[in-house]
Amino acid sequence: MNMSLLKKITRNQMFIPVMALLLLAVVNLVVDPGFFKVTLGTNNAGNPVLSGYLITILDYGSELAILALGMTLVTAASGGQDISVGATIAIAGSAMLRILCGSNSHPDALQAPIIVAFLVACLVGMLCGAFNGALVSVFKIQPMIATLILFTAGRSIAAWINNNELPIVPDPKFAYFGSFIPGIPIPTTVFIVLICVIIMALVLKFTNLGLYTQAVGINEKSSRLNGINPTFIKFLAFVILGLCVAVAALIKVSRLSTINYSVIAKDIEMDAILAVALGGNSLSGGKFNIWASVLGAYVIQFLTTTLYKFNVQSDALAAYKAVVVILLVFFSAPKVRESLSGLGKKIAVMKARKGESK
Amino acid sequence: MNKTKLKGGFFNRVSDTNLLMTITIVIFLMMYIGAIVFQGSGFKKPQMFFNILNANAALIITAVGMSIVMITGGIDISVGGVVALVSMCCAVYLDKANGNIFVSILIAIGIGLAFGIVQGFLVAYVDIQPFIVSLAGMFFARGMTTIVNTAPFNVQNKSFVKLKSTRITVPKMGSYNKKGLYIPAYVEIGVLVALAIVVILFLVLRYTKLGRAFYAVGGNKQSALMLGVNVKRTKFLSHVICGLMAGIGGYVYFLHVGSGAASHASGMEMNAIASSIIGGTMLSGGVGNIAGTLFGVLSLSTIQNIVSSAGLDQAWWTGITIAAMLCIFLLIQSIVIRQRKRALKR
Amino acid sequence: MENVTMLEMRGIDKTFPGVRALQNVDFTLRSGEIHALMGENGAGKSTLIKVLTGVYTKDAGVINLDGQYNVKIHSPQDAQKLGISTVYQEITLCPNLTVAENMYIGRGKGAVTHWRKMNADADKILKKLDIPARATQQLGTCSIAVQQMVAIARAVDMDCKVLILDEPTSSLDEQEVEKLFGLMRDLKALGVGIIFVTHFLDQVYEVCDRITVLRDGQLVGEYEIKDLPRVQLVAKMLGKEMDDLSDIKGEHALYSGEDAETKVLEAEKLSSNAGIKPFDFYIKKGEVNGFTGLLGSGRSECVRAIFGADRVITGKVRRNGKPVRIRGPKDAMKLGIAYLPEDRKNDGIVGDLSVKENIILALQVMKGFFKPFTKAQASAFADEYIKKLNIKTASADTPIKSLSGGNQQKVILARWLLMHPEYLILDEPTRGIDVGTKVDIQKLVLELASDGMSITFISSETDEMLRTCSRLVVMRDRKVVGELSGEDLTQSKIMSTIAGGE
Repeated sequence: MNMSLLKKITRNQMFIPVMALLLLAVVNLVVDPGFFKVTLGTNNAGNPVLSGYLITILDYGSELAILALGMTLVTAASGGQDISVGATIAIAGSAMLRILCGSNSHPDALQAPIIVAFLVACLVGMLCGAFNGALVSVFKIQPMIATLILFTAGRSIAAWINNNELPIVPDPKFAYFGSFIPGIPIPTTVFIVLICVIIMALVLKFTNLGLYTQAVGINEKSSRLNGINPTFIKFLAFVILGLCVAVAALIKVSRLSTINYSVIAKDIEMDAILAVALGGNSLSGGKFNIWASVLGAYVIQFLTTTLYKFNVQSDALAAYKAVVVILLVFFSAPKVRESLSGLGKKIAVMKARKGESK
Repeated sequence: MNKTKLKGGFFNRVSDTNLLMTITIVIFLMMYIGAIVFQGSGFKKPQMFFNILNANAALIITAVGMSIVMITGGIDISVGGVVALVSMCCAVYLDKANGNIFVSILIAIGIGLAFGIVQGFLVAYVDIQPFIVSLAGMFFARGMTTIVNTAPFNVQNKSFVKLKSTRITVPKMGSYNKKGLYIPAYVEIGVLVALAIVVILFLVLRYTKLGRAFYAVGGNKQSALMLGVNVKRTKFLSHVICGLMAGIGGYVYFLHVGSGAASHASGMEMNAIASSIIGGTMLSGGVGNIAGTLFGVLSLSTIQNIVSSAGLDQAWWTGITIAAMLCIFLLIQSIVIRQRKRALKR
Repeated sequence: MENVTMLEMRGIDKTFPGVRALQNVDFTLRSGEIHALMGENGAGKSTLIKVLTGVYTKDAGVINLDGQYNVKIHSPQDAQKLGISTVYQEITLCPNLTVAENMYIGRGKGAVTHWRKMNADADKILKKLDIPARATQQLGTCSIAVQQMVAIARAVDMDCKVLILDEPTSSLDEQEVEKLFGLMRDLKALGVGIIFVTHFLDQVYEVCDRITVLRDGQLVGEYEIKDLPRVQLVAKMLGKEMDDLSDIKGEHALYSGEDAETKVLEAEKLSSNAGIKPFDFYIKKGEVNGFTGLLGSGRSECVRAIFGADRVITGKVRRNGKPVRIRGPKDAMKLGIAYLPEDRKNDGIVGDLSVKENIILALQVMKGFFKPFTKAQASAFADEYIKKLNIKTASADTPIKSLSGGNQQKVILARWLLMHPEYLILDEPTRGIDVGTKVDIQKLVLELASDGMSITFISSETDEMLRTCSRLVVMRDRKVVGELSGEDLTQSKIMSTIAGGE
């Protein structure tokens, strides 16, 4: 039946993000037919790079996409969100710079290999995640409130790590992570996202992380009686998010080769949570679709890029985003959907009646 | 008849709300007395306390609104944005359009109510999660502030400047400066507004059906419905009140700083939430008290003052101490509630 | 007393997506009568009541109340205003408010709460009904039974014309039930019409005047209590003559393997943080035993301690003679122990997950975090047990929460059977389940035992225990007070042991 197929499609979790993506694409296409043009050019250093709006979206949506992976797990397991990711990106990034530059904020050469700095950042990110996770899982504090602590303190801690100085990484190689590797025209971030997504896919396929997380998110008590350790699963979700934060921090810091404690990754927690919601995942936990969240992340970046294209000031961006978000959430709210479909039925009935009377 | 004995002891008899609030008040008093004893000079003068009030009148008002939403089981993170938007709109109206004070107050209240009504409608009647709704509200308010006017500026409107510099002297609380000159203690108009609001809303929550309905809905939505409480209207009204408070708080903030800027009140929503929690409101709803929230704000700002007068002046210390304090209070809440549950089981 | 018609429901229809919950149902309640509403799970009792209390809006039909034609009930407030008050099975009060507030919120006129008057009024009623609570106490600090009594006190105090009691007795002990019945009779004398929903047949015959039976969303009929003997009532509820409930034990042979004397599990001085006194316990291979006692006597806490669901404080446990330590459910599961919890909704099902995922969950956890089942394996397991236990579900991928209570219980049972445990603990597996499924489960228990599984069976219904168990551990006040087997397994002997006083 046609109707049931339509229903199946509209009920699918991917429906909202895909529709939003299509809508944005169509709007852009109508306004500017050249929107999707991707050109191969060279950058300042003379290396081949792809450029175009699509590439921008893929590139700058990376941090969000990576965070969306972890945020989805945290949301599913704990029924709440981590609002400290922006601040912990600052912490992890600051720690990375501290390792790379040592105590001198403007060194001539790297003080430690990049990989060491990255591993330290991972450790720091996971520690932050563990802190949040412990508050949520062991002390049973609501996630939003528990993470409010690092949200408040994070940027201060980040500044404190480097004594409020702004170290500059001397090695141009460090900048590759946030831009292009010479000779490869595709942004490096795209590969980083790909690696993260593949790892996550493998983890979900070869472990029970997905099943356990959902079970804990839906019914913690009964999960426990089935031998699952809900405390650990929630804790684990936050630690995984901490790892995602470290990767995002690598990209963020690499883009600038330095850090601005109060501005880096500002408001990214809101975007990450939106990505999860746009992906059709319930923010109160339970069942999830991680890929829908990733798609949601790119939809948000798509929106941001589109708005920039329409010459919207970066500060005013939020207002437009808000309107779009409200419209999206409004029309995907079960209540509105129900009454809309009820309206549709009524119209169909009226039409049928008209047909009869004729 | 085997009459189950009532479990005695203050710890078990007192309600969650009063218990958490009592803890807050005790800790605040200890902190303030400690500051007087160990930090000396500054804290001895009553004006120090009044300055804390002056600087935080707006926060008190918004935090009180926030508490009501949180007691009902929701959250509103748009309040900081609304405060900024109110300041900017009033500033533009007074300065660029040379408007009058009365209308500017109406503008502030109107903006606050508009946010409250729209958000309340979406939360209560369309059933969208309050976090998402107010997140969008925050984005919208912040964005609109920039759209109204990008650059920050001071308001020069004469009648406004006069109102802003009005000081209300507090009798017998003044102190003598080094030259032996008597300096009267004072508070700003905003403080009176804030205290009036605290009293009114305290009475509303304690003695009106609507007030009790907030608690009922926060305690258990389904039960409240079955008990005959209009859950949707209650939720809606909690957001309307919170919006209204953000509007009034915005004007008080504006009156204190006297300027419009897009960066005004940044992070205020988090301070309001933190104050509510420190004051004993639980985000899970149903537990909280307006008086507690007042002490929450006072505790939060006292610790900031202690930190800065202790010479730890670097900007990051404020953030870290607030966070540490929040952390401690959250742990206390968590442990206290768990202990009570355990005691009940026995 | 002259019985005039108080409430008439005519031609009530209610459809949910995919289900016709009520079809053209009529219901009549007279003033001053206690009217039982009976039916299996899914028969439409709850739906009918929720239509009457305004939680659901009916699709068609008319409700006439006390002479008013076609009253409009769109919300619980409307129902309250019309004089219909309800006590639900699950506590529908707010734990964070005081007892008095819970009794008075959502009622009366005016915008202001008069605390002093309210507390005084509440205390008066609490005293009258002999409820051990204070008006100013926070409700959350009362026991569940007291909370339920408060809910009843609220309903009683509301000068209602119609009082609906939707399985109010499931969390009350016998004394409290008696108190409630006394209350019901008082109200009846005052001319209140009472609708009483319960699964306990005894209670129906003790207090009710009339019975209305529903089946599959349709009205079967309305009967005077004296015209409808029990057997016929059950037959009407099931829609068929019942197979003989009295003796199913005889149909199944007892387990007779060589190891029939092995103590599969033995506990010594076991106690947990849930507050039970240390107790000794053992179960042999292929044996069905049970814990009996009043509600709150510690039956569930005992088995929870065995399974490690509560934190064990003292005691030794031996499994097939070997000492073991059980620190949590997973340890118990590894030792081949399975536990079907009492509270299906909160401890059993994982609501949004599919039937399939719910079935494989326990076995999956046993298998390990890093070894997920393939899709084919999972489906095979699920299909096998859906067939074996005759679980009625649209598909294995349907979320378990959309199944009826009885079928949800079967899914949970399947979950544990899939683990092939040696020792299965069933805590109230038949509560809130229709009679048909009850018999299915009882038969299954005996069948499994005759194949060598050891089973501990707990039920509030003594006759059910008598039909299945060969040995009963009797509990009183969180202490084991006796053990009955063989000739001693009679209703009266159990009662006297529970009551104590030798």
